[in-house]
Amino acid sequence: MDIKDIVKEENLVYSKTNLMTNNVLSYCPGCGHGTAHRIIMEVIDELGLQSQTIGVAPVGCSVLAYDFMNIDMIQAAHGRAPAVATGLKRTMPDKCIFTYQGDGDLAAIGTAETIHVCNRGEDITMFFINNGIYGMTGGQMAPTTLEGMKTATSPYGRDLKKMGNPLKITELIAQLPGTYYVTRQAVHTPAAVRKTKKAVFKAFEVQKEKKGISFVEIVSNCNSGWKLPPVKANQWMVEHMFPFYPMGDIKVDGHLVNSNKAEVKS
Amino acid sequence: MGELKLMKGNEAIAEAAIRAGVDAYFGYPITPQSEVIEYLMAEQPENRTGMVVLQAESELAAINMVYGAAAAGKKVFTSSSSPGISLYQEGISYIAGAELPCVIANVVRGGPGLGTIQPSQADYFQSTKGGGHGDYRLYVLAPSSVQEMADFIQLGFDIAYKYRNPVMIQSDGMIGQMMEKVELADQRPRWTDEEIKQMHDSWAAFGKGDHRERNIITSLDLDSSKQEKHNHHLQAKYRKMEENEVLFEEINCEDADYLIVAYGSSARISMKSVDLARAKGIKVGLFRPITLYPFPMKQLNAYVGKVKAILSVEMSAGQLIEDVKLAVECNIPVKHFGRYGGMIHSPEEVLTALENLIKGE
Repeated sequence: MDIKDIVKEENLVYSKTNLMTNNVLSYCPGCGHGTAHRIIMEVIDELGLQSQTIGVAPVGCSVLAYDFMNIDMIQAAHGRAPAVATGLKRTMPDKCIFTYQGDGDLAAIGTAETIHVCNRGEDITMFFINNGIYGMTGGQMAPTTLEGMKTATSPYGRDLKKMGNPLKITELIAQLPGTYYVTRQAVHTPAAVRKTKKAVFKAFEVQKEKKGISFVEIVSNCNSGWKLPPVKANQWMVEHMFPFYPMGDIKVDGHLVNSNKAEVKS
Repeated sequence: MGELKLMKGNEAIAEAAIRAGVDAYFGYPITPQSEVIEYLMAEQPENRTGMVVLQAESELAAINMVYGAAAAGKKVFTSSSSPGISLYQEGISYIAGAELPCVIANVVRGGPGLGTIQPSQADYFQSTKGGGHGDYRLYVLAPSSVQEMADFIQLGFDIAYKYRNPVMIQSDGMIGQMMEKVELADQRPRWTDEEIKQMHDSWAAFGKGDHRERNIITSLDLDSSKQEKHNHHLQAKYRKMEENEVLFEEINCEDADYLIVAYGSSARISMKSVDLARAKGIKVGLFRPITLYPFPMKQLNAYVGKVKAILSVEMSAGQLIEDVKLAVECNIPVKHFGRYGGMIHSPEEVLTALENLIKGE
């Protein structure tokens, strides 16, 4: 029995979307980026939006997203994807525009662009991959690095007095009138992947209806940066990242979800 | 004949942008060029042509909005002044690297730092030698009148799209703020989506159709041999611009013993100095580079053996003079004269400098 006997039409339950190219992913084994890419591309495929979609990926591990996403793509300067996306959306209001940004990009160097694109309520979708570290640059401290977390630039752990607090940028932008749908998800288990896919669907629907910003944070691992094998990295993420960055919707249909009202006040 | 109006340089460039069929303007207010965005906001070109006007949260955002819209094949214009243009440099480097067409206006003010809000030409190096990182060139036009502020918009877009390269219109606070008669071009329609698709389908990112591979707008190539190849391609493009797109003007140069080389406001002032000198019997001409890059190297070199000395006049401490010296290859003595830091030289001061040059002082 060889592979041809197994892979028959009636046995096929899944196939790769052709909105993902055949290029070998540049991400580390076990990293969440590949899954996040696939989910977004599957949703664009299922919505029939390939010819209508332009993605913007700035500096970070996902700077090479254009090698993997089979749509028109723009590589942007560090932190500037929301401005680039604004230029695209304002001149092509009926096209589907998304940014795909890491935590250093979206919540440190690009904070001003992030806040203002959300405040203007541009009709774009933002994907925010939060792994609490600068992955591509080599494991330095990010704005989202947890208290006590060791990185290349916080080798004795993040000291809040010296280095400031981890920034909950997602809760922050949810406060702005221009955001319509804000959610935090993960891709570490099949159940989480299914939930994230639903969130991505909803995000693109919000954009289609021109209701303002739809924002999907995906809390992800960085096994290389965290110096943990993939499975342990996921366990560490569940035990340490999720309590500080809790899963679930933060703002739905332009209204803050109740639990997050309390979260923001405290 | 087009419509005649009395306008500020900043207003003329804004009106010219609407009439050139520009798709979008992104900018951030800064003196002495805020009239550009003020005029556009008051004019509401979205009702005239559908042109988008947006005030960004910063110059960093503005230039990246330009990058985004230009990446989609849209005609984009932006303007700022020196400190703001410094903030543009990251974006300009990316735009040059990704080969996106756009027009950027710098209404120069005195520096360095926050400097002053008065006119200056001290951004010559920044415009012509690459203000951002990497080996790249902008096509740099230097208007010396309100009329040229208006005319260089269409010319700028023609060059920007011919070479897929950013174009800089470098004026200064004097040209931006002064009012003159200007003849405005007739309204050109904006490109339709279909026209953009026909012209720019090979590179622009407006959505991948089934008929082609995806288009990628990037300046990144981690394979340095490929990045070197890309750099060779850019350099070949700049050599073509140097060969074919040089613009300059010669006034009273035919019988000249001496030359004043000056651009923009300084050229305008020096025209009067030439008249004053001629009245005293001094045979002097004005050579005005209109493109600062590509600089009219060959055209100025043609004066070797014909003129005795050159006075390089600029509202900066000696930036233009470097290209003048390169052009004449040390075969003609070249002296610098100029006020700077926001001060403007008078025609008489230029004349005195010329007389000192002749006396050998």
